[in-house]
Amino acid sequence: MNMFINFLVAAVFAGTPLLFGTVGEIMNEKSGHLNLGVEGMMSLGACAGFMAGFLTNNLLIALLAAFVAGLAGALIYAILTITFMADQNVTGLTLTIFGIGLSNFFGEYMLVNSNTNSLKLPENIAAQISNIYIPVLSDIPVIGQLFFQYNPFVYLGIVIAISCGIYLNHTKLGLNLRAIGENPGAADAAGIKVTKLKYLNVLLGGGICGIGGAYCSMIINGGVWMSNSVNGLGWISVALVIFASWSPNKAVFGSFIFGAFNILKYYTPKTYFTIPNAFYDMLPFVITALVLIITSIRKSKENQQPASCGINYFREER
Amino acid sequence: MNKSQENIKVREPLVRTVKRAERSNLDIIKLRIIAFILALVAGGLFILLIGFNPFELYLTIVSGAFRSKMAIQATVKFMIPLLMASLGITLAFKMKFWNIGAEGQIIMGAVFSSYFALFYSDLPHIVLIIIMFISGFIGGGLWGLIPAYFKSKFNTNETLLTLMLNYIALHVISFLRDGPWKDPGSSGFPKIARFEANAQLDKILGVQFGWIVGLILVVVVFIYMVYTKHGYEISVVGESQATSRYAGMNVKKIILRTMILSGGICGITGVIQSAGSDMTLAASVAGGVGFTAIIVAWLANLNPFGILMVSFLFSVLEKGSSVMQSTYGLSTYSASVLQGIILFFILGCEFFIRYKFVLRHKGGNK
Amino acid sequence: MSNLIETKYAIELKGVSKIFGSVVANDNINLNIKYGEILALLGENGSGKTTLMNMLSGIYYPDAGTISIAGDEVSISSPTDAINYGIGMIHQHFKLVEVLNAMDNIVLGTKEKYLKPKILKDKILNISSKFGLEIEPEKKIYNMSVSEKQTVEILKVLYRGAQILILDEPTAVLTPQETEKLFAILRKMKEQGSAIIIITHKLHEVLSVSDRVAILRKGKLIDTVKTEDSNEKQLTELMVGRPVSLKINRPEVESKKTILNVVDLSVMNEDGSLGLKNINFKLKRGEILGVAGIAGSGQKELCESIAGLIKIKSGAVLCNKENIIGKTPDEIINLGISMSFVPEDRLGMGLVGSMGMVENMMLKSYRKSKGFFIDKKPSRKLAEYLKNKLQIVTPNVDMPVRMMSGGNVQKVLLGREIDSNPNVLITAYPVRGLDINSSYVIYDLLNEQKLKGVAVLFIGEDLDVLLELSDRIMVLCNGEMKGIVDTKETTKEEIGLMMAGKSFKGVEGDE
Repeated sequence: MNMFINFLVAAVFAGTPLLFGTVGEIMNEKSGHLNLGVEGMMSLGACAGFMAGFLTNNLLIALLAAFVAGLAGALIYAILTITFMADQNVTGLTLTIFGIGLSNFFGEYMLVNSNTNSLKLPENIAAQISNIYIPVLSDIPVIGQLFFQYNPFVYLGIVIAISCGIYLNHTKLGLNLRAIGENPGAADAAGIKVTKLKYLNVLLGGGICGIGGAYCSMIINGGVWMSNSVNGLGWISVALVIFASWSPNKAVFGSFIFGAFNILKYYTPKTYFTIPNAFYDMLPFVITALVLIITSIRKSKENQQPASCGINYFREER
Repeated sequence: MNKSQENIKVREPLVRTVKRAERSNLDIIKLRIIAFILALVAGGLFILLIGFNPFELYLTIVSGAFRSKMAIQATVKFMIPLLMASLGITLAFKMKFWNIGAEGQIIMGAVFSSYFALFYSDLPHIVLIIIMFISGFIGGGLWGLIPAYFKSKFNTNETLLTLMLNYIALHVISFLRDGPWKDPGSSGFPKIARFEANAQLDKILGVQFGWIVGLILVVVVFIYMVYTKHGYEISVVGESQATSRYAGMNVKKIILRTMILSGGICGITGVIQSAGSDMTLAASVAGGVGFTAIIVAWLANLNPFGILMVSFLFSVLEKGSSVMQSTYGLSTYSASVLQGIILFFILGCEFFIRYKFVLRHKGGNK
Repeated sequence: MSNLIETKYAIELKGVSKIFGSVVANDNINLNIKYGEILALLGENGSGKTTLMNMLSGIYYPDAGTISIAGDEVSISSPTDAINYGIGMIHQHFKLVEVLNAMDNIVLGTKEKYLKPKILKDKILNISSKFGLEIEPEKKIYNMSVSEKQTVEILKVLYRGAQILILDEPTAVLTPQETEKLFAILRKMKEQGSAIIIITHKLHEVLSVSDRVAILRKGKLIDTVKTEDSNEKQLTELMVGRPVSLKINRPEVESKKTILNVVDLSVMNEDGSLGLKNINFKLKRGEILGVAGIAGSGQKELCESIAGLIKIKSGAVLCNKENIIGKTPDEIINLGISMSFVPEDRLGMGLVGSMGMVENMMLKSYRKSKGFFIDKKPSRKLAEYLKNKLQIVTPNVDMPVRMMSGGNVQKVLLGREIDSNPNVLITAYPVRGLDINSSYVIYDLLNEQKLKGVAVLFIGEDLDVLLELSDRIMVLCNGEMKGIVDTKETTKEEIGLMMAGKSFKGVEGDE
């Protein structure tokens, strides 16, 4: 029992960076932009968040820096694909290569100039990002452990996901955005400011990805700077978008389930029959591939990738 | 203008986008050169920002890639996988099949051929090498066939499926490394044994012979795409599947066939990288080449000779940045950063081939 | 307020021009319309009607000239601006989001706050009953018929309270009866003070619904006339620029042998519904069999099933007694059946846009040469030959066909098909997007084939053309065949009723 609760808690921790990446990518795809730069935007956020935290010792500034860095990456993508109508696949991939490169480059640069062996987050901020403790609530057996003992990122991620869900499905702006993702021509003719709304959402999505990156650099490696801290989580997030069928609410569960896959290998009994670790690591990708195939076989009109995804919009196209 | 009109707010947009007559090829090349120069300027600003002299650094990159025979050989070594993987991807991209799974196909090619390199290393050298190439082709081809099958049958999104297959392939290597193929002599640290000399690729002019395979492939892929029925079919399918079916083509067969070839060439890339450069099967055998190759293929407009040129430039950058590291202590990731900047500018400049911006009042109300 | 309406034009265009690349789509247009008036904008395809209206709706921005709304000069730089000025446009290709329902599509982009679905539904039903429209607010667009979709489009405009309504070819997808209903709604809106512009190229509609007619030709405004002082002949001459006889030739062919026999043909759609239901007809050499029906009634399925492009649920297609069902398109082309098929969307299917004429010539024949490599010589010869024979305007035969004009593209396509000496020529919408002169070239080509003994299946959208060109007309509705009528003995109204679903025992020719 105790082991199982530990497992669930660990799954939430492992799934949180995915949650940010996934919600960020959903915001992109809902506006008709398949952004393959999630890994890059998360890397930018990872670097900016960590370094800001390292230098200022202030969590709020660190989060803001991560958000702005992810947003800046998204801005490059947005300018190129929305205004300059560049190929979305190539632009996204370039953003990934650029983002990882810049993040690692800057990380090494800081390390070399710090005259130390490693960069470690100062105490104050390290305490702020450690798991919270709410008197009474956190002490409730099982429930306290399952709900009230996470670090602030976890709660922030869930709040962001739910807010995005409300925004998309229960507001006028969200309706307009969904229309853009499906048929920008129709949205435009209906008087929706297509370009403006696309920018808004691509940038917002990028910022959310950036915070996810900060989780990778600040939490996963115990507050010590490491290169490549995002390490493929951005790509899994792109996959998770499919698994969550483009819904931020489902993304919450999806990312925790994927988090569970990631740590499953540490929680399986190793008595009579051991499955190699590699298979556990492979599992999320295999499942996403299967989801992808099954949804394509079902050919449902609902719960699909927004129809205009990958195609840039030009009003005067004839 | 009378008084009432002055009060009316006439809001003509500041800048608007309009389509222009398509530019000539010469203009397109000029445009790209301008974009490249602008990218160098932007990269220079970046270098300036971190406190170095851009001219000095750019010079180091170029001279670093050619400063000695060994440097040139290293540059070519960087180029081989990039060139070949780009050629492989090109076949799929021409068909508008967004194969971003070159990483996985490279890995599977390496895995299949490594089986023979590791366990049949006593075969006659030439036979072994031929078997390795064939098995590598099959491995990569199969990995390309999977998304092709689902695409042709259920219209499954190939971008995302090939992406997933990359990671599955990566974990296939870690599975083999941690278990069945673990080098017993590595004393606990999981790695796969180094290939016997018999299973390593021969050198020609000091570099493994992969560069010759690459050059031959440039010509072969070019001829295949431009002068054969298969190439014609690929172009038609890429333009419209409905048209191809209407013309009596077997679209499914064409997609499957082309993806076997595309994946197969990437698979051979894996053979050449593992048996020619790494001399073992490492998890980093693809090492992002499959992604960079997409960019190379795109930059070269899917022209094999263009790919040769672009992949050479990229490897100069790659090699040059490693020299930059040893000289100035700057991370080799500077290569990615510069690649990114160059690409962003070239992506942006493509816009001006088909569109232009019109400023307020220019050619407007007379 | 009423004073204002009487004295000021709803819209006034002065010297408006629009240029695309090197094409002048609109050249110095001066035009106006009053409130409470229906103006018909008449012109051939490519005369610039839609471009002009798109500048009013904010899709395009004019390169020169001024636009005034209710007397004030304005700048319409986006659809939002257009809506704010009270302009609503119903595009020929509907601007609807398929996965959303009718309500969401209607409120899309409006400034008002988010309404609870219940309240919104009532509000919409209220408006629709006022104008006599029928709608199911919660129905998803992808489940709707064409005329239902048009109703949603109209409601979109009404919901925004637009005073100026522009409709682009609204009747192209409607039956004659549905068209009458639409016109009744338009007249009602006119009585309530709206200004309405209707874009069309159908003369009788112009005469029946409009108050004034503005005629465009090659991007220029030729004239504006009062409808009551005008007639069909005058309007045609203004539109085409010279006197034309609207008569299409219908040569008679004596010996008619059945070549294609379609028996109980049924086709299943992807969603499981029937695209074609038990279709039976015979196609004879030396005849043109027209196919009428509103868009999406099964025309596409009919063409594609005969060409072997889609799977058949049941039934048979006998060509010279040989069943071609189950054969691949390749076999159907190769078996000497020479089925020639000009697809609905000619650039999307019949031709490869990025390739030149040469490479398009060998689209179906490239397999015939031996070996692994392609031989471009015969197709180059054919391309040069067709270019001269059909007077195709292109700088050279390697220029991508997508850069050619619609008429020339159609000539390339038909030329290639006819060159393969077909027995059966299936052609869908071959004059779509063509001006009258080009259309007549195509009609002549089809008649030439008919005289040579080719069996022609002609899928058309303009009932007047169908009635004049074809020998018999088959009417489809919802995938069902409503009958085959002899064009000499039928009327447009009769066909209209059949298009709307009324069955008719027609002539099924001699056995």
